[in-house]
Amino acid sequence: MSTMTHLQQLEAEAIHVMREVVAECAHPVMLYSIGKDSSVMLHLAMKAFHPAKPPFPLLHVDTTWKFREMIAFRDATAKRLGLDLIVHVNQEGVAQGVSPFTHGSSLHTEIMKTAALKQALDKYGFDAAFGGARRDEEKSRAKERIFSFRAAGHRWDPRQQRPELWRLYNTKIGKGESIRVFPLSNWTELDVWQYIYMQAIPVVPLYFAKPRQVVERDGMLIMVDDHRLPLEPGEVPQMHKVRFRTLGCYPLTGAIESDAETVGDIVEEMLTTHLSERQGRVIDFDATASMEKKKRDGYF
Amino acid sequence: MALVNVIPAVPLETRLAALEQTSLLRFMTCGSVDDGKSTLIGRLLYDSKMIFDDQLAALEEDSKRFGTRGGAIDFALLVDGLAAEREQGITIDVAYRYFATGKRKFIVADTPGHEQYTRNMVTGASTADAAVILVDARQGVVTQTRRHSYLIALVGIRSVVLAVNKMDLVDFSQAVFDKIVADYQAFGEKIGLASFLAIPISALEGDNVTRCSASTPWYDGPTLLSHLESLTIADRKQSLDFRFWVQWVNRAGPDFRGFAGTVSSGKVKRGDTVRLAPSGRISSVTRILGPDGDLDEAAADQSVTLTLAHEIDVARGDLLSTPDASPGLSDQFEVTLVWMADRPMLPGRSYWLKIGTRTVSAIVTDLKYVVNVNTLEHTAAKTLELNGIGICNIGLGQAVPFDAYADNHETGGFILIDRMTNATVGAGMILFALRRSQNIHWQSVDIDRAARAGLKHQKPAILWFTGLSGAGKSTIANLVEKRLHIAGKHTYMLDGDNVRHGLNRDLGFTDADRVENIRRIGEVAKLMVDAGLIVMVSFISPFRSERRMARELVAPGEFIEIYVNTPLALAESRDPKGLYKRARRGEIKNFTGIDSPYEPPEEPEIALDTSRLSAEEAAHTVIAKLIEFGIVAAV
Repeated sequence: MSTMTHLQQLEAEAIHVMREVVAECAHPVMLYSIGKDSSVMLHLAMKAFHPAKPPFPLLHVDTTWKFREMIAFRDATAKRLGLDLIVHVNQEGVAQGVSPFTHGSSLHTEIMKTAALKQALDKYGFDAAFGGARRDEEKSRAKERIFSFRAAGHRWDPRQQRPELWRLYNTKIGKGESIRVFPLSNWTELDVWQYIYMQAIPVVPLYFAKPRQVVERDGMLIMVDDHRLPLEPGEVPQMHKVRFRTLGCYPLTGAIESDAETVGDIVEEMLTTHLSERQGRVIDFDATASMEKKKRDGYF
Repeated sequence: MALVNVIPAVPLETRLAALEQTSLLRFMTCGSVDDGKSTLIGRLLYDSKMIFDDQLAALEEDSKRFGTRGGAIDFALLVDGLAAEREQGITIDVAYRYFATGKRKFIVADTPGHEQYTRNMVTGASTADAAVILVDARQGVVTQTRRHSYLIALVGIRSVVLAVNKMDLVDFSQAVFDKIVADYQAFGEKIGLASFLAIPISALEGDNVTRCSASTPWYDGPTLLSHLESLTIADRKQSLDFRFWVQWVNRAGPDFRGFAGTVSSGKVKRGDTVRLAPSGRISSVTRILGPDGDLDEAAADQSVTLTLAHEIDVARGDLLSTPDASPGLSDQFEVTLVWMADRPMLPGRSYWLKIGTRTVSAIVTDLKYVVNVNTLEHTAAKTLELNGIGICNIGLGQAVPFDAYADNHETGGFILIDRMTNATVGAGMILFALRRSQNIHWQSVDIDRAARAGLKHQKPAILWFTGLSGAGKSTIANLVEKRLHIAGKHTYMLDGDNVRHGLNRDLGFTDADRVENIRRIGEVAKLMVDAGLIVMVSFISPFRSERRMARELVAPGEFIEIYVNTPLALAESRDPKGLYKRARRGEIKNFTGIDSPYEPPEEPEIALDTSRLSAEEAAHTVIAKLIEFGIVAAV
């Protein structure tokens, strides 16, 4: 008897989920956030529909504050794989000059990410959106279904989730309703890196350690990615050998000191780390139930 | 044991290779509210070093604020994810947790113990390979233990661990432990839970969870973790007959047509002969495309794409199998149904049923009895309530390939979906096909509805008048029928008076009876349409789902829904039969508009506002519409 390894099982489950969406939903889209989870999700989509291309576009919600290397990687990836890429920016937010510095991290995320995502989904009429979220990331995610039903207005009600039995996913929705689908629900951060290692999946170079210009703020190392980062009086950017465990808006994403220059090094670092990946995210610290609140409002 | 302990001197490639060989075990934990489930999971995560420093800091903070251990670390808080839960100190949904050892990665479904969440337990159990049932050593086997064990046996989990927790609170007494095991053994035999492993543990202190306890010298079995690490799980699924639901047809180009899906059970090799259900066509497998290229063989749980040797018609929802042991095909089953919605299940109401990758319409034709999961007693019932478990007969809109759930979960398990709300309302397990579906075949006759209608020079249809009592449905329908009759059309009128007094005289006015009432009228109307008639149906028919069910009985365009719209106040002021007055006095129960709801049509073919139109004008409007729809020529 052959036994599948845990990664093969997770891979098969994710592929099954993606095919189910394509078979049953009218207008699916893949939320592509450029990070490692998105890279794995996209890689799985290429496999799921091979030899055909994934029959849905990619959507990136650009807050205009992403690392420059992320944007370059995003465009190169779409081109390399020959996929349609939709980039959406909340132009109202841009017009109001919303930034993490003027409006604070919460409001910036709300306007440029959550509201922008809703705008984009409504604009194109997508009824199902793949996201790369994992249940191990955060406590409220641990209770979310793989097929996460959203009422009109993209609201998530944790008490009205559909039970998921066997391999049977209920994709039926009414007008104005939609589903967020998380094929990587059962993956952990280590699974993701192991899979990237095994399958040699390209990821943004920001995950690998190298000397970068950073400033230290509130105990976090913030990279000076462009001239828009206002420096406090007396603050001088320093070169540190750092990398990122998660990627988001650069002023809100803390780097870690690291020597991990390859995927193998990262896996090794993962095996010995004592800190979770979300410790580098400013937005999670706002309130104890921060993520749950954001999700109820429509955040991924 | 934990990943961090893998010896760093070994080269990275070797260590990664070892990690890649780890298998996966999905297990669930269940027990009643204070048995210590969350503490056990917190303990497993903590001992396998799956808790990071920042999470630990948050946990220490939370323990001081919400903890039940006087400020000491409360592992339960690690798992109680939602803010509402932390405030109330309860777990309200299935939560999934992850941890790994050097041998295996684990996915834990943590399911709540409260009685009202049977739904979540069945959900967690449906994907679990093993179950850990916790009992409090001080309480022993309680009602919740029996309920959970029954559900586990029902869903068919074969590896069961009885974890007798809080042994530290009974001085690690072997006598206490043995008594609980004996009690459980006796109960297990009654529900068909043949074998289980009992382990005395203390989740709080870690005894026999991840380390052998010095306090239980009388116990020589494995720790919970080492047992979970060594369970074998994959073999059974692979030893079953080959089954493969076609999930998606891959037309990558003019020369490629592949059938994507996940192998449900058994295995398939390149060159194997396969049978397609329901068509019965035979072909052979030419290619197996796996995630990393072509394969010679695919086994249960693998997601692959198959190509076949012949150009046969294959669609999503078809089931491929081995030809010498192929699935059954039926449209009527006896099933076990677990109800998961607040609105009760009503026999006769139409639902969607999803089995594998196939979705069909379904009606529960008969609720034979419900099972009291606490006592295992069978009791008669007319409806199945939230968290109820019933044995039912179910009829489908079309025959589906299947196996009994006991033989194969992937071809015998299904969900029911509410047609109005789209919610998943039930989980079912096929017991067997009812014989009559094999015996009753529709006679294929040469004289069909078109021939009958042609003789009458008309197009058959159902004119379905719906609206409140006193709205004027029958009056308008009568006028329409007269006009049609004069024009030489063959018609018939079904209304409350001629049906309620005969065919449906056994039915009352409860929701369940109203559903059955409309179902029968729909079926009679369908036969009349088949006979070539224009059928007028004049019933309050308050529920959308029943009207939709009637609509789906006939071909598109043959069902004309006519909404006779009258404000309640107006209908009540007319009150031709004095019914509203009696309902207001409480002499008539379940009266539509008074103490029973009316759901107006969302998109009726014809809407008549009788507060503005006279009955004659309304009938004229209907006739004009029928001409417009091509049901009749000029009248």
